[in-house]
Amino acid sequence: MSRVTSAFVAALITLVLGGFLLGMSLTSEGINLVVEASSTGKITFLFVGVVLVFLLQLFREQVGRFTTKMRSDERMELPGFLRTPQQQRVWTMFVIIGLLIFPFLSSRGAVDIATLTLIYVMLGLGLNVVVGLAGLLDLGYVGFYAVGAYTYALLNMYFGVSFWVALPIAGGLAALFGFLLGFPVLRLRGDYLAIVTLGFGEIIRILLNNWTELTGGPNGIARIPKPTLFGLEFSRRPSEEGATTFHEFFGIGYSSEYKVMFLYLMALVLVLITVYVIRRLIRMPIGRAWEALREDDIACRSLGLNPTSIKLGAFTIGASFAGFAGSFFAARQGFISPESFTFIESAIILAIVVLGGMGSQLGVILAAIAMTVLPELAREFDEYRMLLFGLMMVLMMIWRPQGLLPMKRPHLELKRD
Amino acid sequence: MSESIFYFLQQIANGLTIGSTYALIAIGYTMVYGIIGMINFAHGEVYMIGTYVAFIALAGLSMLGIDNPFLLIAMALAVSILVASAYGFSIERVAYRPLRGSKRLIALISAIGMSIFLQNYIRLAQGSRDIAMPSMIQGGFLFGDPSGSHIMISYMQVIIMVTTVLCMIGLTLFITRSRMGRACRACAQDIGMTNLLGINSNNVIAVTFVIGAALAAVAGMLLGLYYGVVNPYIGFIAGLKAFTAAVLGGIGSIPGAMLGGLILGISESLTAGYLTAEYKDVVAFSLLVLILLFMPQGILGKPEVEKI
Repeated sequence: MSRVTSAFVAALITLVLGGFLLGMSLTSEGINLVVEASSTGKITFLFVGVVLVFLLQLFREQVGRFTTKMRSDERMELPGFLRTPQQQRVWTMFVIIGLLIFPFLSSRGAVDIATLTLIYVMLGLGLNVVVGLAGLLDLGYVGFYAVGAYTYALLNMYFGVSFWVALPIAGGLAALFGFLLGFPVLRLRGDYLAIVTLGFGEIIRILLNNWTELTGGPNGIARIPKPTLFGLEFSRRPSEEGATTFHEFFGIGYSSEYKVMFLYLMALVLVLITVYVIRRLIRMPIGRAWEALREDDIACRSLGLNPTSIKLGAFTIGASFAGFAGSFFAARQGFISPESFTFIESAIILAIVVLGGMGSQLGVILAAIAMTVLPELAREFDEYRMLLFGLMMVLMMIWRPQGLLPMKRPHLELKRD
Repeated sequence: MSESIFYFLQQIANGLTIGSTYALIAIGYTMVYGIIGMINFAHGEVYMIGTYVAFIALAGLSMLGIDNPFLLIAMALAVSILVASAYGFSIERVAYRPLRGSKRLIALISAIGMSIFLQNYIRLAQGSRDIAMPSMIQGGFLFGDPSGSHIMISYMQVIIMVTTVLCMIGLTLFITRSRMGRACRACAQDIGMTNLLGINSNNVIAVTFVIGAALAAVAGMLLGLYYGVVNPYIGFIAGLKAFTAAVLGGIGSIPGAMLGGLILGISESLTAGYLTAEYKDVVAFSLLVLILLFMPQGILGKPEVEKI
């Protein structure tokens, strides 16, 4: 087939694909269903799509050359001032200081978005341990997130447990769930594992939705108290007799901004701890074993590593970070319902890991920032967010399966001159 | 006593109806898995698209003045199969073919991305609300005492079961008798060797995707008419359940997918009939987890040997 014919056929197929679903829309009229031509916007989309496919097919070789380049390009080079570990340390300090003073300089809304971003950073880092380092595709990660969130919400509702007591319990409980789920399922092969974890995440959500007596069902749990600073509350008036509020203690005027800043700083501390812990774990024997196992299962086993216990370690540790993030999420929102823990949420976290580069912490952090801040900046594109996420996952797998900033092992090179 | 038997039989009949559509969707999973060893995560979305196209075709054709319900259904079915097949073909071409030979996880992530993309594409194109279809075929066969205990099998249920059986017979003939079917079986056994023998395995894989998509479209149309509603999110759960059916029967085995679909449908409708309807999805997922743990080869599948 000549190039023009094949381009023509491709355009024709695109027309069939789009013609029915994009070109016509269904509406109910009384009890009858009628179909009418779509709005001009959709028709334009269809037309642009058809032309685009035609051109892409026509210039296939050129496009192919571009994609090969994308794939072979090992990694985007770090800028010159970041090469040596000393420089990196200095810059990391600068960034951390910058993040610490950020809330005092910017608006309340920006701080709020930053807090949300930090939650996703934490989730991305946690899932990165499971997917990126250990190579186990976990599609039910949101299940552990839900466990963490509901642990704090329920403990507080029934026993009045405060956030700081509930945080370690939430992490521990999520880890326990991870352990109990991982124990039987981790001997499954990769793609089966993915489906089983997906089923697990859905089961958790359906249980939360239907166990109305305990969890409030679809109505969720409201009025979850915010965390306190050593017992100092951030509300205008103390919630109970004898408690002190933050502004009274320091003798300053009340402002709701203190609460937002405090939540941000807390999220930042949690993220920094997460980064540090995972950084150390990667350099520990277990971290090296994760990566070795991801690269070659059989070689690992023949070297005497126990794959099940190593995978279990990754699964449990990853789950515990989701638990921490979940309880913080519950405290920040003040309200949780099963709606927040759908499969889509898992997919977003997975997209963050995939975009950042599996295994790379810096990549995941940058990806989490991009994925949460960009949709906030471009509110009008909010509708298209998930569409673009899906498209991006496909394109990343085709063009750069290693991610934008893949992990680089320290290596030595002989200088030749 | 007789009442409880009738109730039981009614649940079985409902289960067989749902189960046969699960079986139709499951064939798409099982055939693709049998040949290229990947889970086509976007298959559930093809089913959803099939339902949408069928509804659009039904509404459009009846506006054109065709009022014979059987002619209408047959024509809508043809349109739905055509469009869904185009989707199956394109999905493979765009999202999976460039990844041939890479790791399983890479292909699976691409499939998940495709699934999210399609779901949101339909949400944007057709809106996220439920679209209801007035029921076209009413009435049914009544067994037993109409005022007392009886079972009712609607004409729609009969149509679903008959169509499914016809599709299964057609598929079996295609796989066992035709030249392409033989190529499919050969590819499932050893794709490299098949290539060496001069069969273009890319074509065989494309055909597999098209057949899977066509059967999913049939299921989509039938279930759409049975339930009377469609929204962009039905593909996810249906896909997961059909995958469960494929695993239950033994993934890679076509009779297994049929059997698995029926077993899953019946167990689901028995749960809904005797326990609680809310937890019927939990039953399906738990079944999936348990099968994968204790019987990963399924009922009719062959145990998979790990090759080094």
